[in-house]
Amino acid sequence: MAVVFKRPHALKDIPMHYCPGCTHGIVHRLIAEVIDELGIEGKTVGISPVGCTYNNYEYFNCDMVQAAHGRAPAVATGVKRVNPDNIVFAYQGDGDLAAIGTAEIVHAAARGEKITVIFVNNAIYGMTSGQMAPTTLVNQVTTTTPFGRKPEIHGHPINVCELLSTLKGAVYVERVSVHDIKNIFNAKKAIKKAFKVQMANLGFSIVEVLSTCPTNWGLSPVEALKWLRDNMIPAYPLGNFKGKDLEV
Amino acid sequence: MAQHEILIAGFGGQGILSAGRILAYAGMLENKNVSWLPSYGPEMRGGTANCNVIISDEPIGSPILNSATVLIVMNSPSLEKFESYVTEGGMIITDKSLVTRSPLRKDVDVYEIPATQLASEMGNPTYACIILLGKFIAITGAVSKGSFEEALRKVLPEKYHKLIPEEMKALEVGMEYEKA
Amino acid sequence: MGEKLLMKGNEVIAEAAIRAGCRFYFGYPITPQTEVMHYMAKRMPEVGGTFVQAESEIAAINMVYGAASAGGRVMTTSSSPGISLMQEGISYAACAELPLVMVNIVRCGPGLGGILPAQCDYFQSVKGGGHGDYKMVVLAPCSVQELYELTVEAFNISDRYRIITMILGDGILGQMMEAVEFRDVENIQNVEKPWAVTGTGMKREHNVITSIYIDPEVLEAHNRKLQEKYRLIEENEVRVEEYNCENADVIVVAFGTVARIVKNVIKTAEKEGIKVGLIRPVTLWPFPVKTFEKYATVPKAFLTVEMNAGQMLEDVKLAVNGKNKVDFLGRMGGMVPTQKEILDKIKELIW
Ligand SMILES: Cc1ncc(C[n+]2csc(CCOP(=O)(O)OP(=O)(O)O)c2C)c(N)n1
Ligand code: SF4
Ligand SMILES: [Mg+2]
Repeated sequence: MAVVFKRPHALKDIPMHYCPGCTHGIVHRLIAEVIDELGIEGKTVGISPVGCTYNNYEYFNCDMVQAAHGRAPAVATGVKRVNPDNIVFAYQGDGDLAAIGTAEIVHAAARGEKITVIFVNNAIYGMTSGQMAPTTLVNQVTTTTPFGRKPEIHGHPINVCELLSTLKGAVYVERVSVHDIKNIFNAKKAIKKAFKVQMANLGFSIVEVLSTCPTNWGLSPVEALKWLRDNMIPAYPLGNFKGKDLEV
Repeated sequence: MAQHEILIAGFGGQGILSAGRILAYAGMLENKNVSWLPSYGPEMRGGTANCNVIISDEPIGSPILNSATVLIVMNSPSLEKFESYVTEGGMIITDKSLVTRSPLRKDVDVYEIPATQLASEMGNPTYACIILLGKFIAITGAVSKGSFEEALRKVLPEKYHKLIPEEMKALEVGMEYEKA
Repeated sequence: MGEKLLMKGNEVIAEAAIRAGCRFYFGYPITPQTEVMHYMAKRMPEVGGTFVQAESEIAAINMVYGAASAGGRVMTTSSSPGISLMQEGISYAACAELPLVMVNIVRCGPGLGGILPAQCDYFQSVKGGGHGDYKMVVLAPCSVQELYELTVEAFNISDRYRIITMILGDGILGQMMEAVEFRDVENIQNVEKPWAVTGTGMKREHNVITSIYIDPEVLEAHNRKLQEKYRLIEENEVRVEEYNCENADVIVVAFGTVARIVKNVIKTAEKEGIKVGLIRPVTLWPFPVKTFEKYATVPKAFLTVEMNAGQMLEDVKLAVNGKNKVDFLGRMGGMVPTQKEILDKIKELIW
């Protein structure tokens, strides 16, 4: 019998610690499959963020560095500048990338740093128990917006892809989702392209992945997928923002 | 002078932290010194939960228990981990529905109560921890039934007050449970 | 007298601040102090105050800098890695003599470390984690009731001296519940702040809040002024608990949570006929030097117990000044010293 579904080599064979129904695990798998398919495991270096995925260095088989909160793009810059032949990716959450790490991501993109960022947007701080993230939707209740996010008090959500696509150094910018099979498939295509852009030395690439946090949203895994589809996608439209026609 | 050092351990979601809190509150209402300390380490996401509750006639030193007069356990790993914590002459109360083996200690009193099953029969498995506390209260008199009820009223948000009679019934089930 | 409530340490910090008249809170989430933020997010709107979740600790401390400059009673809370990011702002605020209150619910480091209790930020808070010759008042509560009292006191001290006051706790204090009675609302002192930037109203010379002094003579004079203030605080604000020290053979020195463990040890030791005392510095700066002078000739030795590799130990040694032996027991990484290991160590010193 042919094996149709097996663990990608780039992922270690250990159980992940994420909550039931959390889509972080899916994103890990997609990255690992892409690394396998491109045959780059041996020269890939990943950067782990601070967030629920702080220890995803335990899950990937490639070399990994753990960075301080928000600083992954700066750490990635350092790694890439020492060994430009390495393929360097940073994995970041929305608090990590769009709050404390705004300066680092903007300037890595502006410099056209040849790295790939996988940006997991779950509209919340997962790790620290559900505070408002920069991407928290208007009216969304969190532990620090107990009466809902109000733009006049808490500001508006930040659309990261739209923002970064204004920078010349960012050459490939795409937003995807993992709430169903079709979208997971698209997400993988985008992640693969982002890595290929880096391999072709074209510049900075980022894929924003809309993701769930059933635990802090207070929803079941299935409800969470629906909530993502019905609430997040209208606020964060899927699609390519830059580099659609890049041939890689 | 009496000091009860109570260690309650099991999975997250079994109501362990809030049961411990109600117990501590009841002690405080009786003008005893109390402390409540939850586990808050990285294991939380892995699903285990425990809390240390101290009820004492004297000022409380450390809120951290290196040993306990009472261990209430609601899963097997917690029995493995904490059985040795119980001081000689102390007691272990297990939820027999979930803890697969009996405690091995011979120098402590052991009570095994199918609390989750009893609670499910009452229609709400999350009362299991209250049932186990009932046994503890019945044996030690650490706090009175009346204080426990008063504590429920203080701790639970207004909208859950209608559940108090049910919770008290669970407490009584535990208080009156005898080994068959 | 208020009613007794059973509350979490972190929530008590927030409630105490609000009762002390704090109406501005800026912070960034970090375990194990997030409950302070959650509480503030709910309570501040109720009292007409301001709660802002900043985009980082760097932003938070600078929001605090601005609010303090404008004369607001202001606070931020964080935990070790976040406090590290605030060091630049702390140094600026110390130089600009801004009154503000900070809380560090310490976790174990270095680096991202872990969230379990530790006291490894003693040096950072007491010796100055930022650049330059500055001090902050550092308070080390050991119970939930004391968290309330010292949080209120922190605002009073800050305003009285135009200084930063930091409350140094750990995850046990922040996470535990104990009875608390909110009693001394009348103890809250309100201080005029004529130096604040509130607009001249075309009625006075402009006020300036700054930490830059290009002229070396002026900067030295400013430093001297700061140092005089620090000496005054050393004179007036030392707080310390002495427990069982008369007739003790060994005196243990410990602060915060560890001091509570030591109190249990003292009781057990007593039963075994061993006389142990405790010096618990409540202000880590200013350090209670005189108390050590008083007991310098304790028959056997001092034993410093900390959840770090030996930080307060250095201040104890300076205070004892070679007059006696100072031994040390430390645990790190979130490990809490047990009563047994402390007692064993005491026995070692006695025999
Ligand atoms: C300097 C610093 N501040 C705060 C924290 C606490 N902290 C850990 S994870 C996190 C937020 C993570 O949220 P996000 O990036 O959205 O990741 P998620 O957990 O949702 O995947 C914060 C604030 C920290 N570790 N370091
Ligand atoms: S808290 Fe949320 S983001 Fe974190 S592992 Fe759980 S579901 Fe995933
Ligand atoms: Mg997030």
